[in-house]
Parts: sequence; structure tokens; C-alpha cells
Amino acid sequence: MSLASSPRHRRRTSLAALAVTSSLALAACGGGFEEDSSSEPASSGDGPVELQVLIASSGDAETQAVEDATAAWAEESGNEVEVVVANDIAQQLSQGFAGGNPPDVFYVDASVFGDYAEAGNLYPYLDQMDDADDFYPNLVDTFTLDDQAYCAPKDFSTLALQINTEAWEKAGLTDADIPTTWEELQTVADQLTTPQQAGLVLGLGRDRVGAFLVQNGGFWVDGEAGEATATEPSNVEALEYVQGLLDSGSAVLAPDVDAGWGGEAFGTQKAAMTIEGNWIRGAMNNDYPDVEYTVAELPEGPAGKGTLLFTQCWGISADSEDQEAAVSLVESLTSPEQQLANAEAFGVMPSRESAQADYVEQFPEDAPFIAGGEYGRGPVNLPGLGPVLADLDSQLEQIATADASGILESFQQNAEAELQ
Amino acid sequence: MSNAGSIRRGQTRAGWLFVLPTLVVLGLFLAVPVVMALWVSFTDWNGRGSPFASGVGFVGGDNYRELFGEQGGLTRSDFMTSLRNNFYYVLLVVPLQTAFALFLALVLNQQMLKAVGFFRTAFYFPSVVSSVAISLVFLFLFSGGGVVNSMLESIGVDGPTWFNDSRGLLHVVGDGLGLWSASDPPSALVGGGALGLTWWQWLSGPSVALSVIIMLVVWTTTGTFMLMFIAALQDLPVEVEEAARIDGAGRWGVFRNVTLPHLRPTMLLVTTLGLIGTWQVFDQVYVMTQGGPSKTTLTPAFLSYFYAFENQEWGVAAAMAFILFLIIFASASLQRWLFRDKDAIELKRQERRTKKARTRAATGGAA
Repeated sequence: MSLASSPRHRRRTSLAALAVTSSLALAACGGGFEEDSSSEPASSGDGPVELQVLIASSGDAETQAVEDATAAWAEESGNEVEVVVANDIAQQLSQGFAGGNPPDVFYVDASVFGDYAEAGNLYPYLDQMDDADDFYPNLVDTFTLDDQAYCAPKDFSTLALQINTEAWEKAGLTDADIPTTWEELQTVADQLTTPQQAGLVLGLGRDRVGAFLVQNGGFWVDGEAGEATATEPSNVEALEYVQGLLDSGSAVLAPDVDAGWGGEAFGTQKAAMTIEGNWIRGAMNNDYPDVEYTVAELPEGPAGKGTLLFTQCWGISADSEDQEAAVSLVESLTSPEQQLANAEAFGVMPSRESAQADYVEQFPEDAPFIAGGEYGRGPVNLPGLGPVLADLDSQLEQIATADASGILESFQQNAEAELQ
Repeated sequence: MSNAGSIRRGQTRAGWLFVLPTLVVLGLFLAVPVVMALWVSFTDWNGRGSPFASGVGFVGGDNYRELFGEQGGLTRSDFMTSLRNNFYYVLLVVPLQTAFALFLALVLNQQMLKAVGFFRTAFYFPSVVSSVAISLVFLFLFSGGGVVNSMLESIGVDGPTWFNDSRGLLHVVGDGLGLWSASDPPSALVGGGALGLTWWQWLSGPSVALSVIIMLVVWTTTGTFMLMFIAALQDLPVEVEEAARIDGAGRWGVFRNVTLPHLRPTMLLVTTLGLIGTWQVFDQVYVMTQGGPSKTTLTPAFLSYFYAFENQEWGVAAAMAFILFLIIFASASLQRWLFRDKDAIELKRQERRTKKARTRAATGGAA
């Protein structure tokens, strides 16, 4: 009798035990999280504090520069700073936000800024900074959501036109021929095209094609109004212009010449021109040191000059207990002197207008890149559009053959569904 | 009686004590996260603070409706695209890796073969190398101007740009056979559709890029499953085979009627493990393609990661994970049912029938 009932009894007990353990553990977790999220961040700045800084570093040079700069601040202010280099910053930040213990200061890319700000993860501090109006307004706009400017732009990059000097001279072109309009770009691309070399190579996706939209006075979205504006006729025209370049055979997409990005196709001389940002400098120096090239501003479209800006900001966590100290750290990290030091160390452009003159003096050949700071446009930063933008990029892979207005309409429809 | 009971009670307590560490670890790292994820899939949690905090809204089945309903829009078509890709992936990887593993195991199990140890190690080697490292090697092998294309070129074949090629294999094959034109698909297939994709999209087959991942995975996993088959083959007594030979069975007859039935439990294990592993494919996609070109290597596991970590859509991502769980659960159950031992079931049923008949006869006799 007792033998027969025991297995069933045992099973029931084990289920109960599991239920008890898991509910206990759940309660423990819930309690922990609750406490963290409800506790008000104390922003009293008294006493030495320890700040944690999470960065997505491009390499040793950048890590070293950030470590040196934070150490200098720590020494001067009597605080401590720990710099952590992220393997996957999106994932590490997510863990921090969910657990209620994110790093105090961290890199925020413009493309994820909207989502983080909307979720309440970022502490808006820009108005507390000295000389906040010294940052390029276009960059500040990139980190503004619902009229609230959140964080200080760390540095920025812009797109410009790179020209292979050898191919340029071989085609009999001179400085006077550097294209300044869409028609001239088409003409020189035609002239530079040989059986071995395309005239112009374009990287894939919205972050290259988008520049032509800006030059034609349009863009995928209107950030301020929070609306999708992709189906404006000016955008269709811009895409059709790019399609015309590709159709004529004088422009190709990077994968067509077996390159991962425009810089690779340009470095291996499969194309005589490309449109890339100032990060191409490092790649050319390291991988293709023998290729001579010049950089020019992107040609003007019918609506004038236009390029794209890429930027990150120094985010401060809304959950940080030492926000005042964090703001002071960011102030020192974004000082004109520090930005010029970073420029020298790992080739980024200062986000402060007051540093522009010194930068151009130090790096005269980068003038076309930094000029873009005045008229460039930041990436789409509206929250919730991640999958929609990924879908746009995926459709733009087929831009050579696809129907331009079809791509724009589908983006418009998807974006409207997210933004309403 | 009471004495025996107290001894047993002591044993029960000791037993519980012994399993307690496992229970706690499993509960803490398995049961609790699963329950939390299930809860998240019914909320609009944005990744900030605890999902059990008061500010998190309960949205019922909205996240699931987003994946299947009309209102899902892009999310639904993304999810369906990922399911389509993964379906073709499973359809090719599981039979191929099982067949190759069985073939290699049979070859290695022959008594005549010399240097078995070397071959066993060589075949098993890809399984122990990190999938990330192998993925990187494949990226180089299959680049447009890579080794594979150079070899194809030497025999006069113009290879595709593998990882940039989003054409579906069925589309390409159908185009080659003249069934349809890939550039101008039949309107009957493009016009209609289900769940956000047209029939034409559903019927694409794996893309060229996905085929490379399929080749890679078949190559890396075959070794592990080969070992399982070898272990099972070594359990098969030689006498049984010899007896079958004496009874007049040929090579094929022995394989078909003796070896294969003996391997049934291992076959079930291998295909079930293969099925679970293939539906969860993530590393290769994350390292090599990130879902591209044109979303043709998107899989539910990667899409779930992308929605959660890159886009803070935790609820939708958790819902995807649970749908994936249901798919795996259903297909594994179906597989178990397909692999059931029909003879054993029939035998048991007959036994029951005879027993019933006997009792009936006995009671009848008594009355």
C-alpha cells in the first residue's frame, strides 16, 4: 500500500519543491530589482566617487586615449574611474539597464539613442554643461528627442568623395574637374571607368545612399516632426539618380566587385572613386599604404550641399548615483584640447566648433570631412525604427534592379506603422 | 511497521538532501529564467529595470498577435521569413548530416580498415573546433575571389558571390529547368500568399548564402553524430550478423534488416539532437551574415536576439523564442512518433489481448 502510493507522492513533493524554490528565487529577484529601480539616484557630489565607463573601442589607440583622459580627470578631481572595453556594447548595456546597475558613463550610438532615451535609460544633462552651444547643432539634434537634448556628442564623422590620384591623372583630369554637381559626378565617373576599374564604388545601405537624398533636399524621416517622409518626390529622384549611375556601368556596388565595403574596393583599385567617411584614412594607411588619393567634398545636389553625419555621444545612465561627477567627467572628455588629442590618437573629428580651426590646421587634408559638420545630416534616430531601417537596408541591396518608389513606399508604410 | 516507516522517512530526507543542489541550480538558472521570459512575452517591458516592476504593462497576447496577425506588418514578415529560412535549413541539414554520419560510421566500423584511429580523429575534428573559427575560415573560402571560386574557375565554372547571393535555390533551379523565370515570377505565385509572404517567397528554397551555412554545419556536426553511430554499431554482436549471413542474407539484406533496426534508438537520438540544434542555429548567422543578404539567412534565434538587444523589443523577442520552443517541441514529438517501435507496440497489444481473453475465460469457467 505504502509502496504503491510513494512514487506519486514523491512526484507531487518534487513539483511542490520546485515551485517553492522558483517562487522564492523569483521573489528574491523581484525584490532586488524593485529596490534598485525605485531608489532615487542621489546626485550629491560630495566625497570621492567611483565611476564606471563602458566604451566600444576601435582599437588599442582609442582605449589608451580614453584611459589616459579619464585617469587625468580622476587625479585632478580625486575620484576613481574604471574604463571597461565592451565586446558587444548593446548586449552589455542591456544587461546593465535590466539589472539596474548600468555603467555610469558609456558610448551611445546615434542609431540606438532614440530607443535608449525613450526607455528612460539616459540622463539628460547637456544643459548643465559649460559651452554646450559650442557643439555642432546638427550633432546636438541627433541626440535630441522630443525637444530634450540628452547627451554630449563625443566626436563625429562625415562622408566625402575619395579619388584615386593615379586613375585621375591617367584619365587626363585636373583639379578643376573635381565634381561639384551630380552631372559632373556622372561625367567624371564615366571618364574614369575602364574595363579593369569602375569609376565609382558605393557601399551598401541607407548610410551611403542617404547622402544623395540629403543633397536633393529630402530624407527618410523628419526627425523633429517624428514623421516618415520617404515618399516625397525628391527622394524618388535621388534614388533614380543613383540607379542611373549604376545602370550606366560607371558606378558599382561594393559586393559587385567582391568587396565588403567601399574602402576595400577603393584600396584594391577596383574603383577609382568611392564615398566613405574619415575612417577610410586608417584603412588606407594600414592596408593599402601605396594607393595615393585625395579627398573632396561630396558634389552638390539640386538642393545644395549634403552629406551624412555619424556620431556617438557620452551617455550618462539615469540610474547612476554620481551623475554630477559623471557630467564633470564628460566635460573634461569633450574639452577642445582632449578632442584634438583624440583626433591625433585615433583619427576622429572634434564635435566642438571651437576646435575646428585647430583641427584643420593640424590635418589640412581632412578639411572636406570636417566641412560636412556644417551641412551634414545625422542618422535616423526616432525610437522603434530599428527593424524598419534594417528592412530598408536589406531592400537597398537590390537598388540596382529594384523599383525606387517601391522601396520608398514600403519603408514609408513600415515606418508609419511604427511611428503612429 | 512504524520502525520501517521511520527508516524510509530518513532515506527520503537524505534523498532530498542529495538532489537539493541540482534542484536549486536548475531552478535558479533554468526554471526561473524560463518563467521570467514567459512573463516578458506577455508584457511591453522595454529592458529597463525588473520585468516584474509595477510600471511594466501586461499586454496579453499582443506580442504573439504581432508575429501572426495582420497588424504585425514588418515584424510578421520578418518572423515568417526567418521561419521559412530555418525550415529549409532543417530540411536539408538533418537528413544530410544523419546520412553522412551513418555512412562514415559504417566505413569506420569495417574490420578491414587500417588506421581507424586516424580517420576517426580526422572526421571528428571539425566538431571540436570553435564554430566561430570555422565560420571565419568559411568566410574566406567562399568570398567572391576565394579558394572555392578559384577552383570552380579552373574547371570553367563561374562561381556565385556566395555570401552576397540572395537568390533562392528553388527559384534558380526552376529557372534553369524552364519552369519559371526568376526575374519575372509567375503571377499566380506572386499575387497570392499567406502570413505576410507571397507564395513565391515561401517557395524560394534556401538562398545561395544559406546553402554555404548548410554545408558548413553538415561538415562540422557529422563527426559528433558519427561517434554515436559507431558506438551503437560496436554494440551489435558480430554473431547476429553472421547468423543472418548463414540464413542467406546478402550485404544489403543484413544492413536493411539487422543493422538499421538495431540503430533505431541511435537514429532517434541523432535526428532529435539534429532537429533541436538546427532550429536554434545562431552562431554561424551572427558571425557570417547577420541575417543578410536580403534577410535570406535570418533565423528565429537571430531575429529574437536582434529584436531584443538591438531594438529593445523584449516582449516580441521573448514571444519569438516561445514560438520557436513550440515548433521544436512539436517536431521532436512528431519524430518520436514516427520512430516508434511498431513491432514492440503490436506485441504489447497482443499480450494485453491474450491476457484479457485468458481472464475472461477463467472467470467464465468459474461462473
